[in-house]
Amino acid sequence: MHFIVAFFLVQYAHSVMKHTDHASKWDNFFKYARIVIFSLIATYYIANSPDWFGWIWNLGLLGLVRFFNQNDDFKSIRSTTQSVLPFVGISMVNDFFEQVFPKFFHSYEQFFQIALSFAFIFCFVIWFYARKQQKVLTQEREERLREEQIAKETKLSLEYLVAERTQELTQQKEELQKAIEELKATQNQLIQSEKMASLGELTAGIAHEIQNPLNFVNNFSEVSVELCQELEEEIDKTGIDDNDKDYIKGIISDLSQNQQKITHHGKRADSIVKGMLQHSRASSGEKEPVEVNALADEYMRLAYHGLRAKDKEFNAALVTDFDATIGTVNVLPQDLGRVFLNLFTNAFYAVAEKKRKLTEAGQLGDYKPEVKISTKKFDNKLYIRVSDNGTGMPEHVKAKIFQPFFTTKPTGQGTGLGLSMSYDIITNGHGGVLEVDTVEGEKTEFRITIPIA
Amino acid sequence: MDMKILVVDDEEDVKSLFEQKFRREIRGGQFEFSFAFSGEEALEFMQNHPSEVVMILSDINMPGMSGIELLKKIRADHPSAPPQVMMITAYGDAANHDQAMQLGADDFLTKPVNFNELKEKLLLL
Repeated sequence: MHFIVAFFLVQYAHSVMKHTDHASKWDNFFKYARIVIFSLIATYYIANSPDWFGWIWNLGLLGLVRFFNQNDDFKSIRSTTQSVLPFVGISMVNDFFEQVFPKFFHSYEQFFQIALSFAFIFCFVIWFYARKQQKVLTQEREERLREEQIAKETKLSLEYLVAERTQELTQQKEELQKAIEELKATQNQLIQSEKMASLGELTAGIAHEIQNPLNFVNNFSEVSVELCQELEEEIDKTGIDDNDKDYIKGIISDLSQNQQKITHHGKRADSIVKGMLQHSRASSGEKEPVEVNALADEYMRLAYHGLRAKDKEFNAALVTDFDATIGTVNVLPQDLGRVFLNLFTNAFYAVAEKKRKLTEAGQLGDYKPEVKISTKKFDNKLYIRVSDNGTGMPEHVKAKIFQPFFTTKPTGQGTGLGLSMSYDIITNGHGGVLEVDTVEGEKTEFRITIPIA
Repeated sequence: MDMKILVVDDEEDVKSLFEQKFRREIRGGQFEFSFAFSGEEALEFMQNHPSEVVMILSDINMPGMSGIELLKKIRADHPSAPPQVMMITAYGDAANHDQAMQLGADDFLTKPVNFNELKEKLLLL
């Protein structure tokens, strides 16, 4: 009986512990507990079933219950293991009476046996009940585990979805930001080109208004020169005293010279007005296939020799980097030529200025003026760069160079119309872009981009 | 012979300019200049002096009747013995030129007028 109780107690405890976190920790304990129980039962039979052996069982069982009750890992089975106590108690009372009052014990042996049997049965009823409870618990636990598993999976998939959405949103946000930046750039460009266009129109309008009165100034001054000549001839016909004649002729000569001066400066103004008028005529004419490389080369030389004619000292290296695959491109040849002429004239002027300034400061060193043209055809676009290692421009100058009448050249040397017209020709005439990059005192680079249809 | 020339321009100074520029020719009786300062005035002048005017020099851009309208009117009203019409304009673009020539202008000059060229052209008539 004791063996069965002990064996099932250990068996029960082990089966419960299997489902807890501490299973592996106690595996060895249960193994040894079983070995001890089996060796005890073996010893009991080998020793010919001595009466006192019941005490060992009882003490062992007590020790086991005590052990279970004291260790926190066995909290869940504590109450069940305590069901052994009545059995142990009755067994101990039985043994006590059997050995101390054998007569009394024997006369009531039946009662003792029945009590012990009840205690024994009680143990198993409790265990049976606990086992059932245990099964329910296990089932519940398993269900909970399954639910947890499902919840975990749901959570994972949700997290994945969230991550996906987040990524989508981030991407959208970046795309939107990019779009906004592009819009801003386009807006700036539009504002700039609108400004340029209205300035161009204004310029052309002013030119028209000025041209008529200017024509009168020029025509009247010219006719006055003729009148002076006639007057001189008429005076010779009269009989005025020679001294007086010379005096009168002197005055007429001065008058004539004044009229010539008026004509001269009127013509100067006229050429400026003509330049201004070219703004409105920039888009006249037809596009035709043109060898852009040849055109650029031609105007580079033209600008160079134009400057050389005025300044024999002037010298600069002409560097060309032409993309031979360009061939012919549909452009307005005269207009584009004017752009080249403007850009090259400015480039040569910039290097000449730098050389002059360095010479004045006595720091010429090994400065070598260089003007470079490079062309490139790529992705249906024509790229043209005109660069120089001249004076460069400060930021406030760079901001204004495309405005009409803005010039840094001394009075009479520049009209301030070249770049504004070039801008007009490239943007409005060719649907392209004209940009500038510059480092003050070091270099300037003009970049033309023209779409090739 | 004196050739009657009508100059039509809204700028009144054109009168003294022509008179000075062609002083010798006027004095020599080669040319006789009349002036009108609008298209309407020019038509009135022509009505009052029928078949007198040989040559008309007209500006195109004028307030009221433009030179082009004047040209149309002249070509419509004087189909027989038509005067020569020379257009003078500050806008020497192709469209302006073609329109004037199509409407029956005999010549087309751009301002500022080159008077030596004009003189030669007038003397050839």
